[in-house]
Amino acid sequence: MEETMEDIQARVIELVANSKNLQPSDVHMDTTFDELQIDSLDKINLSFAVEEMFSIEIPDESLNSLKTVGDVVQGVERLCAAKPPGAAAS
Amino acid sequence: MKRVVVTGMGCITPIGNSVSALRDSLYAGRTGIATFDPNFPGALSPDPGLRFRTTALVKDFDPKNPAHHLSSGVIAANDSSAQFGIVSARQAAAESGIVQHYDPSQIAIVTGCACGGRAADEDANRHLYTRNARIHPLAIVRCMSSGGASSISIELGVSGPVFNVATACASATHAIGLAFQMVRAGIAPAAITGGHEAALTFGFLRAWDSMRVVSPTACRPFSADRDGMTLGEGAAMLAIEPLDSALARGARIYAEIVGFGMTADAHHITQPQAEGAAEAMCRALADSNIEDPAPRVGYINAHGTGTPTNDAVEAAAIHLALGARAPHIPVSATKSLTGHSIGATGAIEAIATILALETGSLPHTAGVTTVDPTLNLDVIVNQPRPLSSGKDLALSNSLAFGGLNAVLAFRQYTSDTSRVLGAIP
Repeated sequence: MEETMEDIQARVIELVANSKNLQPSDVHMDTTFDELQIDSLDKINLSFAVEEMFSIEIPDESLNSLKTVGDVVQGVERLCAAKPPGAAAS
Repeated sequence: MKRVVVTGMGCITPIGNSVSALRDSLYAGRTGIATFDPNFPGALSPDPGLRFRTTALVKDFDPKNPAHHLSSGVIAANDSSAQFGIVSARQAAAESGIVQHYDPSQIAIVTGCACGGRAADEDANRHLYTRNARIHPLAIVRCMSSGGASSISIELGVSGPVFNVATACASATHAIGLAFQMVRAGIAPAAITGGHEAALTFGFLRAWDSMRVVSPTACRPFSADRDGMTLGEGAAMLAIEPLDSALARGARIYAEIVGFGMTADAHHITQPQAEGAAEAMCRALADSNIEDPAPRVGYINAHGTGTPTNDAVEAAAIHLALGARAPHIPVSATKSLTGHSIGATGAIEAIATILALETGSLPHTAGVTTVDPTLNLDVIVNQPRPLSSGKDLALSNSLAFGGLNAVLAFRQYTSDTSRVLGAIP
């Protein structure tokens, strides 16, 4: 099943909120990692959860450039779009 | 040499997630041993084919619950074993106030954890081997047996000597003993010390099952019909500091640690020998520098696993160490309520021993049908028993696989203990 942009946004926001014990309503596309006090360890942890959820692999160079929730959503959209046909999300 | 006292305690155990809850269960004889759910995640069959059906699991522990609250980062980086340890250490530190009173850059943290993050390790390997899944990026830190010690230091802002001891079932007793020696010698001004363990995974239970030392029902230490141990989990931590500064700042004093003895059997990887355990008990008493300590021993919290071999060898060791007095010294095994939490068990039993001295009430051994008469021990059964007058010392034994023996000696603290006894040279 292909994920819609809205699906991806909602699921990423939920993962980010869960990782910091927040409500999804507290997390927005322009929320920065700094605002959420997401440190490098949190970022690795969150990236793994995102990779698992969408069956993607975030390249190291992309990981370093992620600054906002919106960056993650856009990155996931790109990686999902690049997935071979039939590759399923978990 | 400084005299060392316990001024704070904390615990997460199968019979209570605070020292007051543990105390209530201990003296009410409420067991934490119960039938476990055989439907382990990922197990190939709902029936694991184990010879036993009981363990002693921690109940109602929720790291996000305000009472135990751990941040999302701490939860992500720590297996439940370390989480139990962090919350226990926080309880002990909060009660004692040592982190506020002493220089945190000098305070020590010494933990006992034998199995590390066994659940995290097994979880990662199960996914890897069954579906070639990726390993969680925090698997390494979750699996470190020193992860609890590190996280406690981060949580409390304590940056002195911090390390973990892994000596199987004696880990926590070794840890407390080393921390005691450091504070006594002035190497550290105070310490948080104890143990934590949470290893009751499907693989761990299967491995123990293969050794055929786990009771099919529940452990009954020193009972004539004992048939094995019951595996448990949990954590316990002590805050310890010198007596003089505890008195000067008006801290609550639970008990004094007066001695620590350790030996190795140098004999067999699983078969214990009485001589090694006996010598560890003798060394703990000698280490107290109390003149003729043996007549003052009023309680022994035994390692008492409930296996036929351990209890017989430990009884022989008590006889070797204490001679003609041995049959008259009250002995109990609180594993009959808490189960055997491996690396943490010595710390949980240290708290039981301290409570026995503090309250003057010796906890009993649960589940005993008939005390094994061949042991010739005064096993406390059915209900707690008062500490006899004139007795102010207690021992807590830990006898690990591999023949590693560690024994702590505690003294009852009363307001006039320091005045009457003076400084120990």
